[in-house]
Amino acid sequence: MMFDPMFDLGPYSNFIWPAYAVSAVALGGMTAWTLWAWRRAKRRLLALEKGAPESKS
Amino acid sequence: MQFLFRYANPAMFMRLSGAVLPYVAAATVIALTAGLIMGFQVPPDYQQGMTVLIMFIHVPAATVAMSAYGAIAVCSLLSLVWRHPLSDTAARAAAPLGAMFTALGLITGSLWGKPMWGTYWVWDARLTSFLLLLFLYLGYMALWSAIEDETKAARAAAVLALVGAVNIPIIKFSVDWWNTLHQGESIMSGNLAPVFLWPLLTMMAGYMLLFVTLWLIRIQTAIVERRARSLMQGPA
Repeated sequence: MMFDPMFDLGPYSNFIWPAYAVSAVALGGMTAWTLWAWRRAKRRLLALEKGAPESKS
Repeated sequence: MQFLFRYANPAMFMRLSGAVLPYVAAATVIALTAGLIMGFQVPPDYQQGMTVLIMFIHVPAATVAMSAYGAIAVCSLLSLVWRHPLSDTAARAAAPLGAMFTALGLITGSLWGKPMWGTYWVWDARLTSFLLLLFLYLGYMALWSAIEDETKAARAAAVLALVGAVNIPIIKFSVDWWNTLHQGESIMSGNLAPVFLWPLLTMMAGYMLLFVTLWLIRIQTAIVERRARSLMQGPA
């Protein structure tokens, strides 16, 4: 019986799945953006500390 | 107060947050995974049916949205009153996260409202005050971007954050103070059956941990960017 409801959410699945999809996209997107910005800032600082030309990525 | 200044200078913050981040991130993944597994095993609610699943993402998003604003307000107070060196950076770093969780709370709430209330939106006190929270976040971020002088921008944004903080108790108690379509408090009142309560609490922990993880990384990013800027400008 485990996970059965996952595939049969009844008449309201048209609302449940979009709610989960929007949440997954927003949380995943924000996580990815945060990590990307962190890596970019670190790369830029490293380049400056080494005296190399600034990283454009 | 001495404690806050001792442990929250940028260098100390980088060291401490770097040490705790892997644990907070791991706890986030564990809590969200456990919450999803527990959530998708619940039986249909006698009134809501399986739309109860939306509660497991709507309530945590709304809770984190309000908590994030509370954190911004506390940081703003620290900045205005005690000139705490990291508080402006911390407040600014929390704003986009808070705005995202607020938007998620509104979207998932309306996706729950349509099948349960028959409408995506009503202008009741809870929904309207929560929409106002989104506008406060957007206004706060716009204010930071609009003023070039960072010290002035920080001060103006801190004042806005503190004035806007009055909206947090309004959101929280709106269901008690006014007649609203939105249901009242269910977690603290003990009205929620344990079969629904535990997945909800686990997801709330997961969302809160995710916010803390991303917030710490965003503060670190801001500190690194500031250091890079000062290197580019060279010695004064």
